[in-house]
Amino acid sequence: MNKLYREKHSNTLLAESEAVESSPEETESSSAVTPSLIGFPNTLIVIPAFNEEKNIGRVLEGIRRCAPEIPVLVVNDGSRDATARVSREHGAKVISLPFNSGYGVTLQTGFIFALKNGYTTVLQMDADGQHDPRYIVDMLQEIQHEYLDVVIGSRFLENTEYKTTFLKRMGMFIFGNLASIFCGQKVSDPTSGFQALKGKAIQFVAGEYYPPDYPDADFIIMLHRYGFKTREIPVTMLPSPDNKSMHTGHKTVYYVFKMFLSIVVTLLRQKPKG
Amino acid sequence: MPPRIRIIAILICIFLVAYVFELVRRKHLNEEYSMGWLVTGSLMLILSISEDLLIWVSDLVGATLFTSTLFFSGMVFLMIICLHFSIRISALTNQVRTLTQHLGILDYEKKTLENVVAKHSLDKNPSALDTL
Repeated sequence: MNKLYREKHSNTLLAESEAVESSPEETESSSAVTPSLIGFPNTLIVIPAFNEEKNIGRVLEGIRRCAPEIPVLVVNDGSRDATARVSREHGAKVISLPFNSGYGVTLQTGFIFALKNGYTTVLQMDADGQHDPRYIVDMLQEIQHEYLDVVIGSRFLENTEYKTTFLKRMGMFIFGNLASIFCGQKVSDPTSGFQALKGKAIQFVAGEYYPPDYPDADFIIMLHRYGFKTREIPVTMLPSPDNKSMHTGHKTVYYVFKMFLSIVVTLLRQKPKG
Repeated sequence: MPPRIRIIAILICIFLVAYVFELVRRKHLNEEYSMGWLVTGSLMLILSISEDLLIWVSDLVGATLFTSTLFFSGMVFLMIICLHFSIRISALTNQVRTLTQHLGILDYEKKTLENVVAKHSLDKNPSALDTL
């Protein structure tokens, strides 16, 4: 029984389309959600999560407080803990990958889902609680501008309180500058996972050229090469509770190598037409 | 080339080619992957058997020892095979990635549908609750 009703309020597209021709109480339950959707229609928040049972609940509550009408999709990257259950209990849609596949693959799954289900705007944020949900509305308002395809929440545009290790700062500095040079516009935070994308940009992320391991400066350069218009807006980051990084140990070496290679081949690829 | 190394090389090549054939016959090895090994084995066999060809190739690559020519060509073939494997592994990785993603999405859709169906049958027939 519990399982049966767990997703009753998860506001799936399916339930919405069902509601048109179904029983009165079902129409009621979905119409309770619909009016406030007018602000940001067809918008989906995608959160890739790996072993985040401690943080995901707080993140989802934050989103519910700041943007209660927007459906949230948690893509569970083969977590070994209760991430999926906690997310479901907080009313999110949950897609679970059968095994751990990495950040990029997980994120891309959310975009494929969005594309399949007719969402036209996607906001991606991290599951560790670093991204302040108060900026969701700012980001979504910014992306409404017709000429913009991607909005990136940058930690470094206004305040530089964000503390990190020397190596990480170095990496961000180098790749940020490289991205700035190749994009012809300032890229202050290429590693930010707080982004809003719309229209064709969603198709691009769901497509084959999206870097599957950790989309970073190379992704920003790629976006620019493919003619997408990006803009950064300032956001403040909350301190991450367990401060785990995606790049540690030998992975740092691979990360630097991969980023350089990826940027070079991106630039070597023929500029797509149209 | 000393006859002993020549005989060993010929035997190894014959064994390799025969073994690859056997693997394909038993369906333990796909035809696609057998090709690299068969070409390598056959060319090495020809090089080991024909002294003239070996001398000619050695002159061509500037090897002073005929055995080095054999080693050298063996290594080149292996490099090509390895590169081919890397390409195939990349393709397979991409396919697995796509499968993983679609499997996750399909599983979600299946569960959602199940819930909808279960809810509908429950609405129509409340006694179905007992069977759940």
